[in-house]
Amino acid sequence: MENGELIPHLFRTEFSKMVSVLCRRFGFEHIETAEDIAGDTFLTAAQTWGLNGLPQNPTAWLYSVAKNKAKNYVQRTSIFEQKIIPELRSVSSSTDEFEIDLSPQNIIDSQLRMMFALCHPSIPAEAQIGLSLRILCGFGIEEIADAFLTNKETIQKRLFRAKEKLRENNISIELPGEFEIDRRLTAVLRTIYLLFSEGYYSVSQNRTLRKDLCFEAMRLCTMLVENEGTNKPGVNALLSLMCFHASRFGARLNKDGELVFYDDQDPSLWNSDLISKGGYYLHRATGGSEVSTYHLEAAIAYWHTQKTDAKEKWENILQLFNHLLQVEYSPIAALNRTYALSRARGKQEAIAEAEKLKLENNHLYFNLLGVLYTGVDNGKAKRNFQKSLLLAKTEADKQTIQKHLDKL
Amino acid sequence: MEEYALIMRHEDGLKVASPEQIEIWMKQTMDWIGGIAAQNKFSSGTGLLFADARVVRSNKMVTNGPFGEIKETIGGFIVVKADSIEEAAEFAKGCPVLQGEGNTVEVRRIAKK
Repeated sequence: MENGELIPHLFRTEFSKMVSVLCRRFGFEHIETAEDIAGDTFLTAAQTWGLNGLPQNPTAWLYSVAKNKAKNYVQRTSIFEQKIIPELRSVSSSTDEFEIDLSPQNIIDSQLRMMFALCHPSIPAEAQIGLSLRILCGFGIEEIADAFLTNKETIQKRLFRAKEKLRENNISIELPGEFEIDRRLTAVLRTIYLLFSEGYYSVSQNRTLRKDLCFEAMRLCTMLVENEGTNKPGVNALLSLMCFHASRFGARLNKDGELVFYDDQDPSLWNSDLISKGGYYLHRATGGSEVSTYHLEAAIAYWHTQKTDAKEKWENILQLFNHLLQVEYSPIAALNRTYALSRARGKQEAIAEAEKLKLENNHLYFNLLGVLYTGVDNGKAKRNFQKSLLLAKTEADKQTIQKHLDKL
Repeated sequence: MEEYALIMRHEDGLKVASPEQIEIWMKQTMDWIGGIAAQNKFSSGTGLLFADARVVRSNKMVTNGPFGEIKETIGGFIVVKADSIEEAAEFAKGCPVLQGEGNTVEVRRIAKK
């Protein structure tokens, strides 16, 4: 890797580790300080490495510079505090012993704790995702803005308010106790899944960024699976689900970045490593008696990775959607269930069911009706695609619908 | 929006169906419920097993099964959300239990707590 690529790469992987460790040490009151020290470390690296060339072990170099910067910071502030607020002397007297522990175990530990802290129920979901991208995944403000299709200022403000919330609510950087862990894990998993979906369905044109978002979500989930206290069936099910979805990365967008419909995808482009990984975690997820929505979604995703077009496949997908909808309704699950119904039982039956859904504000609803009517009543298909086109908001969606219209 | 119970009644609980037949009914029932759930109108539901059932009478006498002297027996129920009893009855029309002659689905509004 060239010097020019190495620093951004290291920034992505190491920035978040340093911030988690430093922040755990200093507390959320000093989260900006933790970010400053980590950011400063990379600035020093860029300057020094540019002049003197790369050190033997860049990561170790970064850690030792970060440790020194942290130590200096503590010394400076303690002098300041000792002069101005003498009462604090006893608290912050031992700067000589001040050490930052950047061992692999402590990094993982700190990141896990940070995950639970950022996904605290008192933080709004939107802020949780932004904070996670920044603090846990080391994304730059600009990248986050790009992922959310907004500008830097909006993201800055959002992150600022989220950090205020962390301080106001006095959230501690700890793993929840055994009794609380399941409830808190629910919020963590939801954020991870949102992070993944943000990348998978994002309208951002930046494909590398979108993939990175998905893989970061998978990395965080892998950390939970590898940690004994959080290695629960639902966590494995979520990881399995993400592996199955991610396996189609290479097939679901064409050269021009347009979405390729599932039926038109080239199965030889599906990633078999990720498919078998998904199978492995799905197997591990079935240990307990719990059947979460992640289990059902993972099973649905599993069937989608099967190259066969046998009736059995769509029958299974249909039954899984029937089950999923009873546990948790969502418009997208309702639409997908109806599509599965058309594949398992034919279009007539699916059209009758689709007409009952009445999701009149959803462009995907009219898109589905268009797909179902295609070949059955092309006039109706056309009218539905046109309605869908009027409701679609993004350019990518409009292109997709137009493609359907052109095919008629 | 009110909640309604759709209670499935079998005219003759003694009829024994083959496992294949039961599997077909199960799928049909799941499709029926899935269709209601896809409209976000499903609240809850449960099937009731015929095996190992008891009937307790007013004289505290316990007999096996809900069958015999009782003409009809309940196979299960689901609770749906609907704007009117007519809409709830419309849902009931799709119930696969109705394929059996003499079977019925009773639609009852749930008393508010």
